[in-house]
Amino acid sequence: MALPQAKQDATDARLAALTMPSGGAWITQTREAARARLADMGLPGRRDEYWRWTNPATLNAPEAGTAALHAGESEMLFGEHDRLTLVFTDGVLDTAKSDDLALEGVEIETLESAGAADIHWARDVYGQLEAVGQSPVARPFAVLNTAYATSGLVIRATGKAAKPIHIHHARSEAGADTMVRLAVRVESGAELTILEDGPAAARMNMVMEVDVASTGAFHHVRAQGRAPERRAITHVFARLGQESTFKSFTLTANGALTRNEAVIEFTGDDAAAHVAGACLGDGKDFHHDDTVFVTHGAERCESRQVFKKVLRNGATGIFQGKILVREGAQKTDGYQISQSLLLDEDSTFLAKPELEIYADDVVCSHGSTSGAIDEEGKFYLRSRGIPEDEATDLMTIAFIAEAIEEIEDSSLGEQMLARLEDWLARRRGD
Amino acid sequence: MTAPDGKLEVREGVDRETVETVANMGAYKHGWNTEIEMDFAPKGLDESIVRLISERNEEPGWMTEWRLEAFERWQTKTEPDWAMLNITPIDYQEQYYYARPATMREKPKSLDEVDPKLLETYQKLGIPLKEQAILAGVEGAEDAPSEGRRVAVDAVFDSVSVGTTFKEELAKAGVIFCSISEAIREHPELVKKYLGSVVPQSDNYFATLNSAVFSDGSFVYVPPGVRCPMELSTYFRINAENTGQFERTLIIADKGSYVSYLEGCTAPQRDTAQLHAAVVEIIAEEDAEVKYSTVQNWFPGDENGKGGIYNFVTKRADCRGDRSKVMWTQVETGSAITWKYPSCILRGNESQGEFYSIAITNNWQQADTGTKMIHLGRDTRSRIVSKGISAGHAQNTYRGQVAMHPKAKDSRNYTQCDSLLIGSECGAHTVPYIEVRNNSSRVEHEATTSKVDDDQLFYCRQRGMDEEEAVALVVNGFCKEVLQALPMEFAMEAQQLVAISLEGSVG
Repeated sequence: MALPQAKQDATDARLAALTMPSGGAWITQTREAARARLADMGLPGRRDEYWRWTNPATLNAPEAGTAALHAGESEMLFGEHDRLTLVFTDGVLDTAKSDDLALEGVEIETLESAGAADIHWARDVYGQLEAVGQSPVARPFAVLNTAYATSGLVIRATGKAAKPIHIHHARSEAGADTMVRLAVRVESGAELTILEDGPAAARMNMVMEVDVASTGAFHHVRAQGRAPERRAITHVFARLGQESTFKSFTLTANGALTRNEAVIEFTGDDAAAHVAGACLGDGKDFHHDDTVFVTHGAERCESRQVFKKVLRNGATGIFQGKILVREGAQKTDGYQISQSLLLDEDSTFLAKPELEIYADDVVCSHGSTSGAIDEEGKFYLRSRGIPEDEATDLMTIAFIAEAIEEIEDSSLGEQMLARLEDWLARRRGD
Repeated sequence: MTAPDGKLEVREGVDRETVETVANMGAYKHGWNTEIEMDFAPKGLDESIVRLISERNEEPGWMTEWRLEAFERWQTKTEPDWAMLNITPIDYQEQYYYARPATMREKPKSLDEVDPKLLETYQKLGIPLKEQAILAGVEGAEDAPSEGRRVAVDAVFDSVSVGTTFKEELAKAGVIFCSISEAIREHPELVKKYLGSVVPQSDNYFATLNSAVFSDGSFVYVPPGVRCPMELSTYFRINAENTGQFERTLIIADKGSYVSYLEGCTAPQRDTAQLHAAVVEIIAEEDAEVKYSTVQNWFPGDENGKGGIYNFVTKRADCRGDRSKVMWTQVETGSAITWKYPSCILRGNESQGEFYSIAITNNWQQADTGTKMIHLGRDTRSRIVSKGISAGHAQNTYRGQVAMHPKAKDSRNYTQCDSLLIGSECGAHTVPYIEVRNNSSRVEHEATTSKVDDDQLFYCRQRGMDEEEAVALVVNGFCKEVLQALPMEFAMEAQQLVAISLEGSVG
């Protein structure tokens, strides 16, 4: 079917501005197939159901635009943690600033090197999980990434990783447009944690595919860049085998446009997936979008989605979440909560929490609330001598805490909390 | 559990009586048809059909023009496909758009002149078309609750209104209750002012079609300060084969008035699907209150999914005045396809909208239904309680929108939608849209999906109930909140329907 003209034009313009990187047989094949898929589906438009609240125009545009590099933005998080640090500068692995690609229990390789081979295990992950995640809703920016990502890592955990892998997305003053890719395989019984932070780029397109085999465990903690002008479109695709565990948490502060999509599919029984997000938005030019799809295709799996947004001065927060329970996925336990705290009259919260259920012996629930700060709670604090803005901050922290508590490693959770307190303190100084 | 009066109470709110009522019921019981001579307009749809409908209704020129405009717009529109419905393509040229009992050629002056066969149809359906002077709760109330209270009825048979009861008495109170075709002739100033003011002529595909070809329906006007002395009701019956029914209802509650309106509908059992596209518009002025209750029991198709009514309905209320209130209550048990979103535009300050819904789908039925609460005025309130029940191979979707506009300060919404699944081959879905654009408003949305609890079933069975009875009981308990929002006689009917609709879904 022919694409609508506007969509066709946007797609043509973008594709014309890109060059496909060269590589070995398997990756070239995957990339070309992705390019063909993208040409068929086209880049998104406002008329697409899942883009009704987020305008994709600046993500579609051939030009990335600019974002100034702010002081303190490049500061590295997770400093107190024993970790393997890998730095990507402007979307390319910066070996000088990175640790060696060596970690006990894990094989790490650059995408460039894995892609150069004619055949590689990553072929069963790279572009594969993404392709499955295109149904029933198209995710064109992930396809774009499959076809054009120039840099990234392929990681295979074969045992319990000795320490977390920390990916820091650094940028130069000029850093404009990046497309980074991670393909991760967690083998049976293995465990891996990936941490992400950094300013990345004026516009970042990041895709991570995570294939967790039976009894494997994967943890992901991410803090997104703080520059107010930056834009980011990220995707996490996860395929979860029997009794596996997947946990992902994202903290977002600032950013003109951030869209984080998580597409999780249970293929094995008795697995668990938790996806959580906390977002702090300030100002009319802040737009944050969490789009999460969880598909239960196996029995007795548990999924949790916990998303909290604090919005003020005209900020916009969006949550689109779906729990799909396929026929036969009995004893599913699905939970989803999306809440927003609007600190003033100008901010906007838009939510579409969906359930689609084809099995009868399941428990699924979702809740969504939106409102102002609880005046009674604030009054209580003030009556105990706490100044007004501090009381507001305390209430805000309490509100966000539920999402941060989803992080399994409490020391990582504390770091996220510290970052939140930082943000609040800076705001109070305004 | 024994209630204080010694009556066995099986579950809170559901006593033995309910169980017995449930046990005494059969399958779809309105599937018979009335053998009656009909006048049909030629099959298919073009401009001449639109003109013919307008002519048959003896409409003034402006109305004909209005219809033609809508028809023109309809031709440029495409059927919406966003609902979670799998619809066999509808051939709009294979339908009759106008069917009138031959005996209605000459408009009867009163109900006494109406063809007895038609009256019999309604009697058989249990619809009181005789004006009865029985006071509520006095005579025969216990054995015939639906006739115990006085309800004014407008009976619509295929494309025409057969008659309206209690007109004179209502007129004494100043209430106008008649068929819409009569209103167009007798009260053009009201119709002109309000028709299409809530659901515009070309609002959506099905509403546009309705605007072009609606043949009849009900019209209600309650003047300022009047509390309508009795409940008003319209009963829609599709009888003829391959005939679409397109009714249009317009309810105007002027300042400070109150009216409660009931709508019922049935159709014969036929192999081929039939089309029903209705539009209901409600206008509530300052301090006015309207209660609109529906028990939708169109033929749902057989157990193999053959036949049934395709029900595409646009219902919308405009709470125009301050402190106005509209309450929608619906029990959706029939139709092969239900596409229906009774909505409230809360324009007036402190206006209120409520939506209570039970949607039951069994066999191959599909329902995509819900509501929209658009908060525009400050201090507006809305409440949504939706209960969806799926059995057999059915698909049941709640689709709703709650929007708080920037000026709707200090508003509140509470939404609860629960789904119940019976059997492993059905589906239950929830698609809510929540849009909050100011912070003094609070929006809460909750949804759950679960199955009929085994412990509850076991408890009932242990007390000697068979499985179907037990399921009916549990389901009635699940729906209680909505059933309670219905006027009394409707609640009884609805409770029975809940059980009938689920028949054969267990085991």
